[in-house]
Amino acid sequence: MTPTTLGAARRRRHTRGGWGSTAAGIVILAVLLFPIYWMVNVSLQPSGSAVGTPWLPFDLSFDGYATALGQQGRNLVTSLVVALGSVVFSLLIAMPAAFALAQFKIRFAGAFLFGILISQMIPGIVIANALYTAYNDLGLLNSIPGLILADSTAGIPFAILIVRAFMINIPRAVLEASRVDGAGHVRTFVSIVLPMSRNALITAALFTFLFSWADFLFALTLTTTEDVRPVTLGLYTYIGTYVNDWSSVMATAVLASIPAIVLLVVAQRYVAAGTTAGAVK
Amino acid sequence: MTVADDRTVAGPRFWHSLRFQTRAAQVLFLAPAVIYMVAFFGYPIVKNFVMAFQEYSTSTFYTGEAPWVGLANYSEVVSSPVFGKAMLNTVLFTAGSIAGQFVIGLALAMFFRRRFPLSGVLRSLILLPWLIPLIASGAVWRWILDKDNGALNRFLAAIGVASDHPGWLTSTSLALVAVILVNIWVGIPFNLTILYGGLQDIPEDLYEAAALDGAGGWQRFRYVTWPLLRPVVSVVLVLGVVYTIKVLDVILALTGGGPANASQTIATQSYHLSFQQFDFGQGAALGNILIAISLVFAIFYLRANRRAVDE
Repeated sequence: MTPTTLGAARRRRHTRGGWGSTAAGIVILAVLLFPIYWMVNVSLQPSGSAVGTPWLPFDLSFDGYATALGQQGRNLVTSLVVALGSVVFSLLIAMPAAFALAQFKIRFAGAFLFGILISQMIPGIVIANALYTAYNDLGLLNSIPGLILADSTAGIPFAILIVRAFMINIPRAVLEASRVDGAGHVRTFVSIVLPMSRNALITAALFTFLFSWADFLFALTLTTTEDVRPVTLGLYTYIGTYVNDWSSVMATAVLASIPAIVLLVVAQRYVAAGTTAGAVK
Repeated sequence: MTVADDRTVAGPRFWHSLRFQTRAAQVLFLAPAVIYMVAFFGYPIVKNFVMAFQEYSTSTFYTGEAPWVGLANYSEVVSSPVFGKAMLNTVLFTAGSIAGQFVIGLALAMFFRRRFPLSGVLRSLILLPWLIPLIASGAVWRWILDKDNGALNRFLAAIGVASDHPGWLTSTSLALVAVILVNIWVGIPFNLTILYGGLQDIPEDLYEAAALDGAGGWQRFRYVTWPLLRPVVSVVLVLGVVYTIKVLDVILALTGGGPANASQTIATQSYHLSFQQFDFGQGAALGNILIAISLVFAIFYLRANRRAVDE
């Protein structure tokens, strides 16, 4: 979002609809979020009640969570490690590139950005297909580093685009002043550019985390044993067979959704920034 | 080196070292990203292209041999009875999902433009379905759509509609519809957010002027909102197509492409060939067909994107 659109939005910040609209909005929200309510409701039911889940969790039970944590606890940790690893790796790769694309005069910068846009059109299954054979040769199947590298295919292009869009607005004078003071490119980048880009950085990190955490395709194709199994795949193997204990399946789904819910509550403005950037992407 | 260059900086030697420094910095800053993009996007495209001409199966992993078969993979994939079905399903899935997401997303964006108490909070909560892992929402939808005990069928029976408990995920005539409905649900937040952003950029004065000229609600939409929103609309639609055409998670979680290929798309069939039948050559061929379709839309996307940037 450019400064002008932000300003325009702010100027218009007066309330037009009344509480009637609020009531309608709540109804719409209730309908759209019903599946998420249902996920929570089923997860809190006593296990074994496969027939006709009650509409409300009157008979509160945490058995589902106990089972889920017992069976999927390790997978949750795997997901967490992979997602955090992907955040660190993606930012390490994407931040300097975003800066170079925003501030250096590079001849093939346009071509590289074009390549990033094109990369968004490549189906994940095509990447998985090729990576499986390559990973097989390199011994990267069933490994955390293998998943971190593959999962970053979502985070890196996104992070480059969103952070570049921010860094392009850093005034050249700021960078030149730092250079006059004798700082090299790297020093300028680390001590001036990165702190200035804090917000864009947080947004990029949040979304890279969510992308990797939610990854299913690479978990499905690039792991073949139970050694390294992200929770998304754990959930898939649950529902791949006949389910007779939905409360623990839904407890797992809730646990897998917690990062998204927490981030939406805690870091709402960064989430909003990232969603808007989705269009530029 | 020209005279003008010399005059702008201290001297030739300094200029030289600065130039070297800058070049080194450029390489240092950009090289990791370029290498990554080549390895994780460039290589797979090339590899897939080559694999599609090979008999690449489980034995390849032991013997290392993948004999050239020319266009055999393509002809086998295209002549398979599943191909026509998967192609049609891909078109229906994409068109159905996009139409639903867009219409509902636009309606909600117009609704939230009214700025009522709590509108900001409600609007950000609507993002939830988009942020939680697709496999988690897939799992809960699977239970909601369950034939015998699912919440949807219980609700429908309770209000007296469809009391025969339709098998949303198990009937060949309903599976694709169910998968599309869930994918619409997944895509609404994205459409809402982008279209809402587009609506916010339309100057309020234009609506006031139109109202003064006596334009009604529909006319304001037709002559003010729609023309000014069009660049954003084309971005949303084309991005929607590009993303929807390769959807895998939702379908695998809900139906696995079944029953009897009723919800099989090109993307899921490509997965099926490579990772369930272990015929990577055929999977690659189908993947390449998917890329070709995406590329056609990529051209639309870039044109739409440029137009959106220009305006």
